[in-house]
Amino acid sequence: MTSFFLYVALGLCLIMVLSIYRVLFGPTTLDRLIGVNAIGSKTVILLLLIGFLYGRVDMFVDIALAYGLLNFVAVIAAARYFHKRKGLYEESFMD
Amino acid sequence: MNVSNNEISNGNESSSPGYLKSFFSFLITFVLMLLCWLVLSGIFEPLILFLAFISCFLVAYFFSDLLFPSLETAYIGIFFRFVQYLPWLVWQIVLANFHVLYVTLHPRMKDLIEPQIITFKTNLKSEMAIVTLANSITLTPGTITVTADSDGVFKVHAIDTASAEGCPGDMLEKVAKIFGETI
Amino acid sequence: MNIIVIALLVFGLFFFLAGAIGIMRMPDFYSRLHPAGKLDTLATLAMVMGLAVYNLNQITLGTILISLKMFLIVFFVSLASPTATHTIVDAGMRAGLRHWTKKKQRG
Repeated sequence: MTSFFLYVALGLCLIMVLSIYRVLFGPTTLDRLIGVNAIGSKTVILLLLIGFLYGRVDMFVDIALAYGLLNFVAVIAAARYFHKRKGLYEESFMD
Repeated sequence: MNVSNNEISNGNESSSPGYLKSFFSFLITFVLMLLCWLVLSGIFEPLILFLAFISCFLVAYFFSDLLFPSLETAYIGIFFRFVQYLPWLVWQIVLANFHVLYVTLHPRMKDLIEPQIITFKTNLKSEMAIVTLANSITLTPGTITVTADSDGVFKVHAIDTASAEGCPGDMLEKVAKIFGETI
Repeated sequence: MNIIVIALLVFGLFFFLAGAIGIMRMPDFYSRLHPAGKLDTLATLAMVMGLAVYNLNQITLGTILISLKMFLIVFFVSLASPTATHTIVDAGMRAGLRHWTKKKQRG
């Protein structure tokens, strides 16, 4: 079961790399924010899996919970911060 | 335990409205805080429990009017109807996910989608009902709530025509039934 | 018991993969939020539930508390994810971002 968790964690890391594409090449700032949000929601699961791999779930579950809260607050703060920047959005359509 | 306290408060509500209401609001906040503390700390020593009691008491004493600003009898019914609503919502979420999955993985995706923004008006009054409907719309097939204001006007971004047509649907009826409002 | 855990984890991983592909493929910002907001939520719920079930193999006070914390994560994510999605959409609307339509694509 431990090796299965290891493979699942590796798969999650690969999916995160796919999301980083949107963070790096997103045409607008809010696209990058979507990518960051997606990576954050995967990190919660990854932290839980790391806890199972090291046998210290009791510690890592607290970290995962705190990370989830922090991710939510960070996304809301960033969205509030960026919502008045006009002019960034002319080239928003992907061809 | 919460529920039974709440029912007692309902009986005495007409005779002594003011401080009894705020006392039960305080009590419910206190019990919730204490439960959260116990789950999150997981240590059951007397000293820690004593500290938990003190800090939960202080927080509940000062901030009980934030969590339950007005304690009303209708909340019990709303709570139970909301719990009955949850399984249907989870099933709708699963259906919505398979719909989005099909759209996403379709090879000719750009022919399939037809993004559009639609507006509809409801007669929902309470904020809880509006928030519940907005979050339910976001989680279910192909629609995302763009704006929802306190008059009950919703703007919804739909990903294709089928989900745009069936948007308010029976979800609106169910949410209105939970909070006892007219559509 | 392990079969349920493996099924839930693989299910969640598949939905995460589809969400990442959807974020990459969708033509505009509003459409990208559909896979990001929905698929990620369900995948998170499925995977955390699977891990909570696996954690309950030995039932002691400690594992029950850990599983309760995982259910707190599930509750919180299902509440926070639509709100975060809505905040991002609202930011896009206020910034004056138009949504993608087919006519624009042809013209």
